[in-house]
Amino acid sequence: MDILVYGTVNSVTFALIALGFTLVYGVSRIPNFAHGSIYVLVGFLTYSFINDLTLNYPLAVFISLIIASIIGLIIYRFILIRLRGLPASEIIASFAVGLIILEGLRLQGIGGFKGFIGPFYMLPNFIEGKVCILGVFVNYQRLIIIGAGLAMIVGMSIFTHYTKLGLSLRAIAQDEHAAMMLGVNSDRTAMISMSIGSALAGLAAVTILPLGNITPEMGYHVLIYALAICIIGGLGSWWGAVFASFLLGFSMKLSTALFGAMWESVVLVGTIIFILLVKPSGLLGKQKEFEERV
Amino acid sequence: MDRSIKVRTEGLYALSSWTEMLYLILPRALLIVGLLTLPLLLDMYWQRVLCAAGIYALLALGFDLLAEYVGLVCLGGAFFIGSGGYISGLLNAHLGWSALFCIPIATLGGAIFSTLVLIPALRLRGIYFAIISFMFPMFARYIIIALSIFGGTEGISALGTLPNVWTEIYLILVVVIIALFAIRRLVNEDIGLILRGIKDNDQAVKASGINITSYKIKAVFIASLLGSFGGAYLSHLYGWLGISLFAMDFSILPIAASVMGGMGTLAGPVLGAFALTPLSEALRGFGQLRVVIYCFILIGFIVYKPEGLLNYFQRKYHQFELWETV
Repeated sequence: MDILVYGTVNSVTFALIALGFTLVYGVSRIPNFAHGSIYVLVGFLTYSFINDLTLNYPLAVFISLIIASIIGLIIYRFILIRLRGLPASEIIASFAVGLIILEGLRLQGIGGFKGFIGPFYMLPNFIEGKVCILGVFVNYQRLIIIGAGLAMIVGMSIFTHYTKLGLSLRAIAQDEHAAMMLGVNSDRTAMISMSIGSALAGLAAVTILPLGNITPEMGYHVLIYALAICIIGGLGSWWGAVFASFLLGFSMKLSTALFGAMWESVVLVGTIIFILLVKPSGLLGKQKEFEERV
Repeated sequence: MDRSIKVRTEGLYALSSWTEMLYLILPRALLIVGLLTLPLLLDMYWQRVLCAAGIYALLALGFDLLAEYVGLVCLGGAFFIGSGGYISGLLNAHLGWSALFCIPIATLGGAIFSTLVLIPALRLRGIYFAIISFMFPMFARYIIIALSIFGGTEGISALGTLPNVWTEIYLILVVVIIALFAIRRLVNEDIGLILRGIKDNDQAVKASGINITSYKIKAVFIASLLGSFGGAYLSHLYGWLGISLFAMDFSILPIAASVMGGMGTLAGPVLGAFALTPLSEALRGFGQLRVVIYCFILIGFIVYKPEGLLNYFQRKYHQFELWETV
């Protein structure tokens, strides 16, 4: 029972993390390797807004989400726009932006900036308290994660399939030139996609981070999980992404239960490597299935 | 000097005098002589930095070979370093063989090991290969921590070191120079042609009846030879091995060096590594600001000068201008 409940929470956490990245990379094919950094940055900003500027919680979250989407916009407008069509350069440049943000957060003493040291940074829970489900105690925050995750997945899949903007996001991933001929402004669409993706990363951060401490290292892990889920699930497939996060979430919980906490990361990375080796186009992906491998 | 000796065809020269010969030899000689005399001018600390720069240069060379000539963007340079370093260190610690004997064995062993591990991933291309190769060093780290083998998180210290500081420094420099010129030669042979063909259009190469996987394996083996030598050398340089041999630095710095030096020139990444490592060492006092500065350099190059420094200088060097005074 324990495994079932916490495995589900874990899996939805993974899905939330991967959501923004799947929108940006999986759907519109812009690699935003600063995803993990934006996740951490939003957590840190919210923390500072609450504790240093003493804003109230919802306002702090709102402002940091807006900042996140502006950062996404800036990354695209000033850096990625010059590198469109060069996948390796896009990846290296956006990863470097991510490194700047993450390592910049560790700086201290410059201009009165306190920096990011030690494990003292925690966001408060939305609602305190816990409830008993199937004989396991779960606190409300975890239930909120599940609710938010499911709502966002359904919302995103409707957004990309039934709205004009969502369809144009998918269009520039499939064939940029054809999309442009049909009147899709590819740069503007990509910019919007980046900013929505960054805001989603921020949303995931404020939902998940109350469960633990905020550390810069999380940025790398978040990026890798998001990348793995996006690819394992299959590019452009929301249900694939959900499936992949459940696969990873449960394999992680099961391995902790069976072999101990030591093996958690080994099993996680091992699963990712194995699936990518066996089926690189993803479990449910239909886009560009034959182009990915020889 | 009249530089018209360069025929329009890339790399074909018509030499008719010693001056023109000198014009061609000068950059190459400058590199070799420069690298070999550099240690004589530096103090103890910077000599160590030069050794580290040599290791990064080897990795950058391997990265450039794989990325620009085979089309495999390998983000797992740390895996080569780690496998070479661990094999050499373990041989030294458990069997007590001397460092000079361990390093060649570990170079070969580490290269064979990492090639075997990477073989299943060679069917992938583009970002998929990049991610998988990025994950192998992490996986190795987690396994070593989980099983707590090979010294676990603490590693093994007090390994045998090389006889003296001059052996240390000239070993790596000579290897870098030999590797650089050997690979430059290699990519112009038939195998280099096939590898470039694989990068541009693997289906066409396959259709010509060439087994592309075997050529990819050869290329990966060569790149991992360089990396494993670096790793084996590193573990004896500091007399220590541990999971930081699989650290991300070994994967990222070579990429930055390649981008800065000029992808595809082979000499560029080497020079980039020799420029970036001392730079990051000089910035050590700034703490984390170092990584930030260094990412700004990376972004600056990739956005504003994507051809890299060496391509730029090469063009300027070969360019001839006739100024008429009117």
